Amino acid sequence: MALPFVWLLLFFVVPFIIVLKISFSDIDLAIPPYKPLLEWAAKHTLTIKLNFDNYAFLFTDSLYLHAFVNSVKVAFISTVFCLALGYPMAYGIARARANVRNVLLLLVILPFWTSLLLRVYAWIGLMKANGVINNVLLSLGLIHEPLTMLYTPFAMYVGIVYSYLPFLILPLYSNLEKMDWQLLEAAQDLGCRPWQAFYKITLPLSRNGILAGSMLVFIPATGEFVIPALLGGPNALMIGRVLWDEFFANRAWPVASAVAILMLILLVPFMMWYQSVQARESAGAR
Amino acid sequence: MTSAGGAVKAQPWKDPTARPYVQVDRVCKSFGDFKAVDDVSLKIYKGEIFCLLGASGCGKTTLLRMLGGFETPTSGKIFIDGEDMTGVPPYERPVNMMFQSYALFPHMTVEQNVAFGLKQDRVPKAEIRERVEAMLDLVKLGGFAKRKPQQLSGGQRQRVALARSLVKRPKLLLLDEPLGALDKKLREHTQFELISIQDTLGVTFVVVTHDQEEAMTLASRIGVMNHGEIVQAGTPSEIYEFPSSKFVADFVGSVNMFEGKLIEDEPEFVRIGSEELGGTIYVSHGISAPPEAVVWAAVRPEKIFMSTAAPEGSDNVVRGAVQDIAYLGDLSIYIVKLPTGKVVRVTQPNTSRHAEAIGWDQQVYLSWDASSPVVVTR
Repeated sequence: MALPFVWLLLFFVVPFIIVLKISFSDIDLAIPPYKPLLEWAAKHTLTIKLNFDNYAFLFTDSLYLHAFVNSVKVAFISTVFCLALGYPMAYGIARARANVRNVLLLLVILPFWTSLLLRVYAWIGLMKANGVINNVLLSLGLIHEPLTMLYTPFAMYVGIVYSYLPFLILPLYSNLEKMDWQLLEAAQDLGCRPWQAFYKITLPLSRNGILAGSMLVFIPATGEFVIPALLGGPNALMIGRVLWDEFFANRAWPVASAVAILMLILLVPFMMWYQSVQARESAGAR
Repeated sequence: MTSAGGAVKAQPWKDPTARPYVQVDRVCKSFGDFKAVDDVSLKIYKGEIFCLLGASGCGKTTLLRMLGGFETPTSGKIFIDGEDMTGVPPYERPVNMMFQSYALFPHMTVEQNVAFGLKQDRVPKAEIRERVEAMLDLVKLGGFAKRKPQQLSGGQRQRVALARSLVKRPKLLLLDEPLGALDKKLREHTQFELISIQDTLGVTFVVVTHDQEEAMTLASRIGVMNHGEIVQAGTPSEIYEFPSSKFVADFVGSVNMFEGKLIEDEPEFVRIGSEELGGTIYVSHGISAPPEAVVWAAVRPEKIFMSTAAPEGSDNVVRGAVQDIAYLGDLSIYIVKLPTGKVVRVTQPNTSRHAEAIGWDQQVYLSWDASSPVVVTR
């Protein structure tokens, strides 16, 4: 009983407090590169100095706002693509025969057995100027010069959608798998064409699965760093990238921490939404 | 009220000129190597309650689903109201179905469930409201319109399913084990309600059930199915009193079956020698069977008389010892063991509160009318 709480305390609450603390401190040329919050100003006087400059700074430079908006946009578009691809896949798996279903599920999970980084590098190999895709298209005579795919938004979306698709498929599948397919027959019996039955019965009943899967894509995709950095090229301005640059290039830990805290505040409502959807789903309510 | 399917007062199936409302014409359905429905032909008439009766896996549900359009016959044709239904999808058939699981939409209220089919047909809103309300009143769910299916009891869900399938005023309603999920008391009550609703609306019902009592109560006619075939179709009393085979005799009600050989075969009567019985069975009607054929005489338990004194005559009489008695209130079941080892089931109504004391291990005589046995050859 206590163990999960200890775990959360050690690996979530404590790091969060440290980041929060740094976000309110002054930058310093030291190791670590920030000044402590608490200081003995005089004898018997402990001063605490909270510096809101780091937050204020984020609103003065439009770069940060840009990065935030762009992150949300990229995450949103990726979620939509994941949904468009993942829903038919989850549906197909849920309606497949039991033995086929297990194979399909395995195929969905299989990529997790290799590192994300390796899989993203594999995409570089596929999409680069003399990569697999271009070579195949050239040899088929479909194109006459290589397409520029790598280091474009296209490549970044491919990477994100590819990486996060399983996170959408799995919760959606587990929702659809519980579906009573006789309801669709009942709907058809009452005059629905198959697509109408899907729209009026399957879709509303899989709402929780759609929401849960979408959140599982949207939330981490907002903070995504590796994929935009490797596939998206220099113009892919996302908040994760900014965070990296502030920490490692600028060594501006307080500003970086403020960015991290703001991102968290941005995502908390989505996480809470996800939680309530999950609670509803496990309560079996529709 | 022997056949409670009261809507059909006339017997259109006896009229060769009557036009059947549903005609199943040599329909087969195979799933891989398995023949679920094997060469079934049926005619069902307007206003009937036709019960497909059989054990699970006999193909009755598959046949029903083919009527609904959820399965396609491998061969043969189905006509509804004279129209060939081949290739007509469920949503274009003049048929509604009540599913065994009820298949109520969990994300809709009772009202929305019932209104679903009407909305689909773009019936005007005011009319939908009116018809849904009237239908909910008919199934006595007037106060439950705003509830979700999960908030209802099994019996109430069954009514919602019934209302939903009837509100579109189908000409033909298919019911898959409509009362299967209800407890016994509620089931009996609902059976009669179903009949009265069917009578009020004049819908033709095709009911699938494995419960012979349910079939007997509901049906105007019963089709007994076994291994994908209709082995006998007829009114409940025909099925019960004149079963055409051992299977039907045994499946519908309980029966004592005596195997024997024809020793006298006259147009007016037959005499059967049965080693199993340890005596002869005299039947007061002729049968068509080759001489010396092995036949079975089926005698219903309630048609056997039991006495302590020897009855007159030597045919249709046998001695045995009471082995077991089950007192059921309205009647008692006696299990009597014959000297041959054959066990015979006898039921006697408890007409008096102090029934004559036939006790365990008592020697009794069993006898029956010459008209009681049904002789079957297969």
